[in-house]
Amino acid sequence: MTGRRDATGGPRTLLIACGALAREVVELIRLNRWSHVEVTCLPAIWHNRPEKIPEGVRGKIREARGVYDRVLVAYGDCGTGGLLDRVLEEEGVERIEGPHCYAFYSGIEDFTAQAEADPTCFYLTDYLVRHFDRLMIQGLGLDSHPELLADYFGNYTTLVYLAQTEDEDLGRRAEAAAERLGLAYRYHFTGYGGLGDFLRTAG
Amino acid sequence: MSDADDLDLNSLDDDELNKQMQDDLYDGLKEEIEEGVHIFLERGWTPYRILTEVLVEGMRIVGIDFRDGILFVPEVLLAANAMKGGMAILRPLLAETGAEQVGKVVIGTVKGDIHDIGKNLVGMMMEGAGFEVINLGINNPVENYLAAIEEHKPDILGMSALLTTTMPYMKVVIDTLKEQGIRDDYIVLVGGAPLNEAFAEAIGADAYCRDAAVAVETAKEFVARKHNVRRGKSAAP
Repeated sequence: MTGRRDATGGPRTLLIACGALAREVVELIRLNRWSHVEVTCLPAIWHNRPEKIPEGVRGKIREARGVYDRVLVAYGDCGTGGLLDRVLEEEGVERIEGPHCYAFYSGIEDFTAQAEADPTCFYLTDYLVRHFDRLMIQGLGLDSHPELLADYFGNYTTLVYLAQTEDEDLGRRAEAAAERLGLAYRYHFTGYGGLGDFLRTAG
Repeated sequence: MSDADDLDLNSLDDDELNKQMQDDLYDGLKEEIEEGVHIFLERGWTPYRILTEVLVEGMRIVGIDFRDGILFVPEVLLAANAMKGGMAILRPLLAETGAEQVGKVVIGTVKGDIHDIGKNLVGMMMEGAGFEVINLGINNPVENYLAAIEEHKPDILGMSALLTTTMPYMKVVIDTLKEQGIRDDYIVLVGGAPLNEAFAEAIGADAYCRDAAVAVETAKEFVARKHNVRRGKSAAP
């Protein structure tokens, strides 16, 4: 984090984001020339340890007090069971709407309808495709214990790649990930979805 | 344990074998667990004693280290799979010997949710603690729970959810039990990563269980309390 005013002396906004959104957030800021918005991220690996998120976000909010004019949070509930929202209410800070990034990329209503119609889909975003080996294969111990595959993925039928960008290489990697997990594959282009809309509120 | 292949389990006395098996369980060595169970049976240990003093005790240690962040999900799964190997040998013997059941549990993951790692672990540990466990699997609408409790008349109804979006369904189940006037006939325990005590209280569950070990202890405590109440009622003039 840096200074309290931009070059024009205007108000500054800090966006506290999950590391899994960093690339997308930075790209949106660049494309829209939102020079007054700065970003700080918490570890994306907390995707697997959501109990760390609420207090991690609180720490970032408190660091930003008196430094930035406005603070926003780019996290879904992300498996915190409402505890993140409780922290944000206590700190008086808003977050992007939705339970997780799959939902705000896809559109919350569309995602909810899809998840209700078929709960057996496993979702990847651009970030998760890029880091599939580290987060899924190594993170779940499947590199050394492939026999655990059925324990983790036995109830899933389909890997759905929710793509933020049109990138053929990522598409191929997502398809390979589906094959490795023994799942059918489906591609769905979402773009930045609700993330872009939320960042516009910072403008 | 890297030198497990070289170790003759038969050469160990009972205490050493028990310790070795708990190490092997910790390391997720299923074949060694199966071998050790057979050795203890040959030495005349009862299936119940092997289950409680070796396997359940070993998994209790695994649970503590998981809670403390020393072990992670892959290691716990490997240990659980090793325990399953031992349980598969002991289960029919326990049935034959008519070991007393502590209570009966119907357990399942709620509608819209297909995650079952934690739920299965709870089921296994409950079984190890002497409960009869009826596992309904995943994605259960309220009708499945109602049918199961009608059929099996359990002491406990256990519900699990991993998703923030599916955990509210537990309230649907509890509200339906209330509507039918049968809520207080069952102990309702809930668990799953995004849950907490406040949520359990808000939806009207009896308790939130943060992990399998807590689930077993909570279940035992509630069942004992329930039985005491029954005994108290039957003893009343």
